[in-house]
Amino acid sequence: MHNISLAIVLAPLFGAIIAGLFGKAIGRAGAHWVTIIGVAISFGLSLVIFKQIILDGADPYNGAVYTWLVSDGIKFEVGFMIDQLTALMMVVVTFVSLMVHIYTIGYMRDDPGYQRFFSYISLFTFSMLMLVMANNFMQLFFGWEAVGLVSYLLIGFWYQKESAIYANLKAFLVNRVGDLGFLLGIAAVLMYFNTLDYADVFSAAPSMANVTAEVAMNQQWSVITMICILLFIGAMGKSAQVPLHVWLPDSMEGPTPISALIHAATMVTAGIFMVARMSPLYELSQTALSVVIVIGAITALFMGFLGLVQNDIKRVVAYSTLSQLGYMTVALGASAYATGIFHLMTHAFFKALLFLAAGSVIIAMHHEQDITKMGGLKKYMPITYWTSLIGALALIGFPGFSGFFSKDSIIEAVNISTVPGAGFAYFAVLLGVFVTALYTFRMFFLVFHGKERMDEHTRSHLHESPAVVTVPLILLAIPSVVIGAIAIGPLQFGDFFGRAIYVLPEHDVLGVLRGEYHGWAEFIVHGLMAPAVWLSAAGVAVAWFLYMKRPDIAASLKERFSGVYSILDKKYGFDDFNDAVFAGGGRSVGRLFWRFGDIKLIDGVVVNGTANGIGWLSGVIRRAQSGYMYHYAFAMIIGLVVLLTFFVY
Amino acid sequence: MFSDLPLLSLVIWLPIIGGLVVLAAGKNDVLVRWLALIFSMLTFVASLPLYTGFDSGTYQMQFAEQMPWVATFNINYSLGIDGISMPLILLTSFTTVLVIIAGWEVIQNKVSQYMAAFLIMEGLMIGVFAALDAVLFYVFWEFMLVPMFLIIGVWGGQRRVYAAIKFFLYTFLGSVLLLVAVLYLYFQSDSFSILDFHDLRIGMTAQVLLFFAFLIAFAVKVPMWPVHTWLPDAHVEAPTGGSVILAAIMLKLGAYGFVRFILPIVPDASHELDWLVIAMSLVAVVYIALVALVQEDMKKLIAYSSISHMGFVTLGFFLVFSIFDNTNSVAGAALGLEGALVQMISHGFVSGAMFLCVGVMYDRLHSRNISDYGGVANTMPVFATLMVFFAMANAGLPGTSGFVGEFMVILSAFKANFWIALLASTTLVLGAAYTLWMVKRVIFGKVGNDNVAALQDLNGREALVLGTLAVLVLLLGVYPAPLVEVMHSSVGHLLEQAVSSKL
Repeated sequence: MHNISLAIVLAPLFGAIIAGLFGKAIGRAGAHWVTIIGVAISFGLSLVIFKQIILDGADPYNGAVYTWLVSDGIKFEVGFMIDQLTALMMVVVTFVSLMVHIYTIGYMRDDPGYQRFFSYISLFTFSMLMLVMANNFMQLFFGWEAVGLVSYLLIGFWYQKESAIYANLKAFLVNRVGDLGFLLGIAAVLMYFNTLDYADVFSAAPSMANVTAEVAMNQQWSVITMICILLFIGAMGKSAQVPLHVWLPDSMEGPTPISALIHAATMVTAGIFMVARMSPLYELSQTALSVVIVIGAITALFMGFLGLVQNDIKRVVAYSTLSQLGYMTVALGASAYATGIFHLMTHAFFKALLFLAAGSVIIAMHHEQDITKMGGLKKYMPITYWTSLIGALALIGFPGFSGFFSKDSIIEAVNISTVPGAGFAYFAVLLGVFVTALYTFRMFFLVFHGKERMDEHTRSHLHESPAVVTVPLILLAIPSVVIGAIAIGPLQFGDFFGRAIYVLPEHDVLGVLRGEYHGWAEFIVHGLMAPAVWLSAAGVAVAWFLYMKRPDIAASLKERFSGVYSILDKKYGFDDFNDAVFAGGGRSVGRLFWRFGDIKLIDGVVVNGTANGIGWLSGVIRRAQSGYMYHYAFAMIIGLVVLLTFFVY
Repeated sequence: MFSDLPLLSLVIWLPIIGGLVVLAAGKNDVLVRWLALIFSMLTFVASLPLYTGFDSGTYQMQFAEQMPWVATFNINYSLGIDGISMPLILLTSFTTVLVIIAGWEVIQNKVSQYMAAFLIMEGLMIGVFAALDAVLFYVFWEFMLVPMFLIIGVWGGQRRVYAAIKFFLYTFLGSVLLLVAVLYLYFQSDSFSILDFHDLRIGMTAQVLLFFAFLIAFAVKVPMWPVHTWLPDAHVEAPTGGSVILAAIMLKLGAYGFVRFILPIVPDASHELDWLVIAMSLVAVVYIALVALVQEDMKKLIAYSSISHMGFVTLGFFLVFSIFDNTNSVAGAALGLEGALVQMISHGFVSGAMFLCVGVMYDRLHSRNISDYGGVANTMPVFATLMVFFAMANAGLPGTSGFVGEFMVILSAFKANFWIALLASTTLVLGAAYTLWMVKRVIFGKVGNDNVAALQDLNGREALVLGTLAVLVLLLGVYPAPLVEVMHSSVGHLLEQAVSSKL
């Protein structure tokens, strides 16, 4: 398995290097072939590993590739740990990546940076695989930062666009704030466990459960709680949880394929994956789980609201992503890690689908992204229409579609969770279902149905996208429908994850639900009697009523509740606050330090002050050496008098 | 095969002789350039056996040479290196080659003097790293100032005279205190051997006074806040090659003084006053980073960034005492110290590369102002790629050398104190902020003006220099083990010295 895993990560890296360094020589087709073949190899081999681990029940693999460095007796290694969780993530990542690679051929067809783009997305695939396949915290951090780098490069791919290079800097910095916490978390792990190896840390974790340490203000902190919260700060950055979510909507400035790949399906779920991977630690800290569930619930509900007022098609989907990431986080907080990963997987498929479909619409609309200028696209783009509908139904949790299974499982799990904050979280995720349906179908109706609001020129050129675009849509639509029904049994209620995920008996909400589970068909029937489905149906109905039937009401509501609207429109003021306080504040303080501290105080007073002082002093002394004999004679007499006086007394 | 050659003397005197030869060659610029390149290459090659023949199993000085110099005062020509100084010597001999190449066509004025200054300075700097006799050390240390003073003063920018004098006086102030301290130690031990100083028992009051004398001498050189203000001026006025040597090597000399003099000679005073150095280092990391953020001049920005990064070096050196107080053992401290040493090497590559990048742009537009650029990526794609790469290394991205040292120091700092680690790791955000904000304004965006539109991408010579550095930055980031390995024994010994009382 060692060689296979090595090949899995190196194939896309090789593609990235070839396309990046020799892009000119191999040409456009060369670049997409070398990267697509690389990722296809990764995908194929990931399936092999998936078969070995999951279907054949092979033992998880854990081994080092090489020793990065040894210091202080601590070995820092690069290595792989491949268990059920990893195998699943590898398949999801490489599959979505492969689809996006193919799609890119169509989407970026006319872009001058074609080779560079392929190089970046392959590099991303490499980094993401390194992240999920890591067997230690250091490599996790490597992958963590590497995906951040590629995200930075890709958001700013169109580097001439001011909004894009603003967004990529913002994304990088906000992520770095999260990484700061993450790095401290890793440092804490090293300090208390004296190793960064997953297996060693996890096996030692139970013995650390009651160890406390004094961190600040004479407060004793549970070591595990501290570690978990610090690590979670990293997850909040990468998985865009409130208040570190601000970068994700702006990241939509990047090309659409990467919004699908990085900012929906894979990279942003790194935080979710990380917490699930660290379940042996999180299980030991009730406090950390509470923090996780509350942050997740806030994100799930309040970011959903923002989706209601956006008019940019990609931003609607982006806020939806934020909200869905909140759902996953809630699941983690309820100790339903498997459910979080389950939703991660279904979401990866249907959200990648929705983004790529949005991209297909954007191509057809000549890069117009405003949904109020669309409408009636259904008849022009049938494949995009139907696949979008599938994506939308999966997103709102329509019974039988993949999202239904994962989202309902989350709601059920939170309902019976006893973690402090679970009550609020239950309310948030339930109400969130209505909001999700509302914003999703608001967008869907405005884009595909109703009046054709685009200009004449655009309308006359409307047509379905080419096969390289629609084939990935279809290939993603299939799992968006069926993966839930297939996976819910083993993933949720079976022994799919084996020992990859650890849950304490008293937190085992999925264990409780397992008793009530009798196959996916019955799960649907059961779901039909729960409030979530009806809330979601109500959301669709309201969307239809407000935006199709009586659009005048929508407009008047906007005026009636202009206060609420403006809060939502300003996105609760996070951006303004950050701009004023952190960005502006940082610059002001920097300027103060520089102008006052460095220039005035140190250079002005001390350094040049000393020089000037000496200059002044020598000026004074020079006067004494005037060259006039009578000055010297006078000085001698004075001196003589002083000395005499001194000796006499 | 090399064991009988006096290798250290060779790498010290070969470039100095080379410098004299180059001076003698005089007006023939082509010949001068080639001679300089050949001598720097020979020196680099001669320095390689120091690594390949190095025995990492011992902390004893290796490649030692000794002969009497001034017998009356027991002054010896005594050389030797350990795992701390050896990588720095290689860094010096390597960087000088790059600087010679980088100055190839750029310098048209007094070429032979320029090349000679760098070669002679190389020999002197290697001498500082290799000297085991305090007088010898002091001689190299002082003489080294002269070529740099000339480089800034002759080939510098508009305010070069102010900058050169400021540089000279600042560092000279420190040097005087160093001399006093060395003389005191001589009268106590009747020897100028630095290793004898290490074994000398010293009372607390004397230790504290010595500590401050050394601290001022070396802190100026590092430079640490608040004696750092000469550096931005010096960098801004220095020619590119001067900036590179200044950032890559000269700053390391100050840091080297901390580990060769302060920690082993006055361990008790260091223990007592470690908070002072830690505080100064953290101010460098945070305060200086914020200052860097608002710079309008690229060279100044990178100069401030250098100070901020050197804060990690001094921080890593002084973590040992709090760790020892907390846990009664030095476990975890080696991580910080080795991290600091790695940071020194890495900073040599990264800041050198950053200054070279600015030099590449300056050679074309004759401006260092960020606002005179914008959208350079449009006209110089290859250059832009490399510059973004080095910027990422400067921001400490994993996979580049910039990450390794910072990572190790932060891990170790956490063991010393949570708040130290927290403040130190703000560099993750601040370092990225000032570096990438500059990149955004210089490299990305639409073509800023007609000058930028007319830019030519890297020529072969520039690509060679920057490409070599990029490879090294990447290599050290992906596989730092070979570098760290040679340090273990020496660092272990140093830590032992640091926590054994000499009262």
